[in-house]
Amino acid sequence: MKEEKIELKRTPLYEIHHQYGGRVIDFGGWALPVQYKGIIDEHRAVREKAGIFDVSHMGEILVEGGQALDLLQELVTNDVSKMKINQVQYTPMCNDRGGIIDDFIIYRLGESKYLLVVNAANTEKDLNRVLEVAKGYPEARVEDITDQVGIIAIQGPLAKEILQKITPQDLGDIKYFWCVQDVEAAGENTMLISRTGYTGEDGFEIYCPSQSAPAIWEALMKEGEGLGLVPAGLGCRDTLRFEVCLPLYGNELTEDTNPLEAGLGRFVKLDKPSFRGREAIAEMKEEGPGRVLVGLEMTSRGIARTNYPILENGQKVGVITSGSFAPSLDKNLALGYVPKELSEIGTALQVDARGRLIDARIVPIPFYKKEEN
Amino acid sequence: MIPKDLKYTESHEWIIVEDGVGTVGITHHAQDQLGDIVFVDLPEIDDSFGKGDIFGSVESVKSVSDLYIPASGKVLEINESLLDSPELLNQEPYEDGWIVKIQLEDVEELDDLMDAGEYEDQLD
Repeated sequence: MKEEKIELKRTPLYEIHHQYGGRVIDFGGWALPVQYKGIIDEHRAVREKAGIFDVSHMGEILVEGGQALDLLQELVTNDVSKMKINQVQYTPMCNDRGGIIDDFIIYRLGESKYLLVVNAANTEKDLNRVLEVAKGYPEARVEDITDQVGIIAIQGPLAKEILQKITPQDLGDIKYFWCVQDVEAAGENTMLISRTGYTGEDGFEIYCPSQSAPAIWEALMKEGEGLGLVPAGLGCRDTLRFEVCLPLYGNELTEDTNPLEAGLGRFVKLDKPSFRGREAIAEMKEEGPGRVLVGLEMTSRGIARTNYPILENGQKVGVITSGSFAPSLDKNLALGYVPKELSEIGTALQVDARGRLIDARIVPIPFYKKEEN
Repeated sequence: MIPKDLKYTESHEWIIVEDGVGTVGITHHAQDQLGDIVFVDLPEIDDSFGKGDIFGSVESVKSVSDLYIPASGKVLEINESLLDSPELLNQEPYEDGWIVKIQLEDVEELDDLMDAGEYEDQLD
C-alpha cells in the first residue's frame, strides 16, 4: 500500500486503522480507512450484525452561554427551542439565498449549552458562519473543539447488545435521537453516548476525549468480534447511508441546493422567529420547488455515478448526485435532481454514463428500510 | 501473485498470446486496488482496437476504471460470465476472470510490454 501524504490530519484511531488492515486514504484532508476487508462485506455486517466506524473527523463546535439559543435560532432552519436537554436534532444551515451551507446535528447538553456536530470538510466554513451570526449575540461563546474529541459509531442490529457489555449505563434508556452525558465505557469517561448514526440501522455514537478512543474501540472489538462486529470504513458508510437515502453534503446538498428541493422541508420551521435564508425558502415554498430529489433504479446494465446527466428523450433534464450498486438490495440505484413534472414514480428516464445510455425509472425513496421489530 | 508467462501494461492489464490470439485481463494488483468489482462493461465481438485504446471499463463500489487494450486487434470472444459475476475479476483475475480474447494484428507489439519482473518492479 502506498504511504498517505504526511500532511493528512490524523484521528486518535489512526494507529488502530493500520493495525486492523484498513486501507487509509485522503478523505477531505483526513487519513481515514475507506475499507478494511471490503466494502460489501462491511456493509452487510452492519445490516446483519454490527460495525464500528471512526468518525472522529467530524467537526464539533460548542455554542454556550446567554443568547446561545437565540444565536442558533437565527443560524439554522429547524426549531432549536423545541429541544430538551440531552435531545439531538438534525438541521440544515442555509445561506441568505436559502442554499445549504451544511447539514448537521445539534446536541442540547445543558440549559444554555449546545454542541454542533458538522461535516468534517465544512468545519472551518461552518465555524466562520457561526462566528458571523454570533456578532449579534455577544453573550454567546463559540468554540471549535474538534481536536479534543474522538467519535466512535457502533451501528447495526447487535450494536446495543455489544456496547452494553462495556458500559454500566442502561442503553435501553437512550431513545432515538437522545443522548446521555458523562457515561463510563470501557473504564473511560465519555462525554456522551447518543442513539444516532448514518446507516439506517439502530446504533450509537460515543463521544470521548481523544486519548480514550483507542481503549473504547479495542473493548468493543474484544466483546463484539465473536458476535460478528467488524471494523467498517468510510466506503460502506457511504453505501449504507445511500440505501436509506440520507443526504450527503457535497452530493445531494450544496450551497445552490434548497432544503425544499432536497426533501428536507420537515427540518425547516418557517413559523419560528426569522432565520438566515427564511425569505428565499418561504418564496420557494410558495411557488413549489422547480426540481426535486428522486430515486432512480437502473433498468438496463450500468451504474449511475455522481454528476452523470439524467436525460429524457435525449435531452438533459437533471443530474445524478449519488449512485452505486446497493449491496443490500442487489440493484444499481441512484439519487438525482429532476424537474418537478418528471418526478412521478415510474417515470422512465436515461442516464448518460460517459456516453453510454442506461435506462432508469423513478422509484420510491428511501430504497431500504430496516425491519421494525 | 504475478504469473511469469504473461505480459503486463503500466495500466495493470495482462495479456498472454497463443497462436496469434491474445487473452486479456487485469492484474491481481489492479483488482486489489479497486476493491469489490460490481460491474464490467465489455466490448462487442468484432470490435477493433488500436494498442492503448479503451476497450471497456470495470466498476468497483466506489470507482470507474477504463480498460486499455495491450495490443492492437479485433475482439474474438468476450467473457460473458463477467456480466453476471463481476466478482470473478476479484477472485480469479488470471483465470476465470479473463476479459476478452483478441486476434492480434502484430505480435511484435508485445515486445513493448513489461514482463513479470519489470511489472513487479513498477509496483514497488
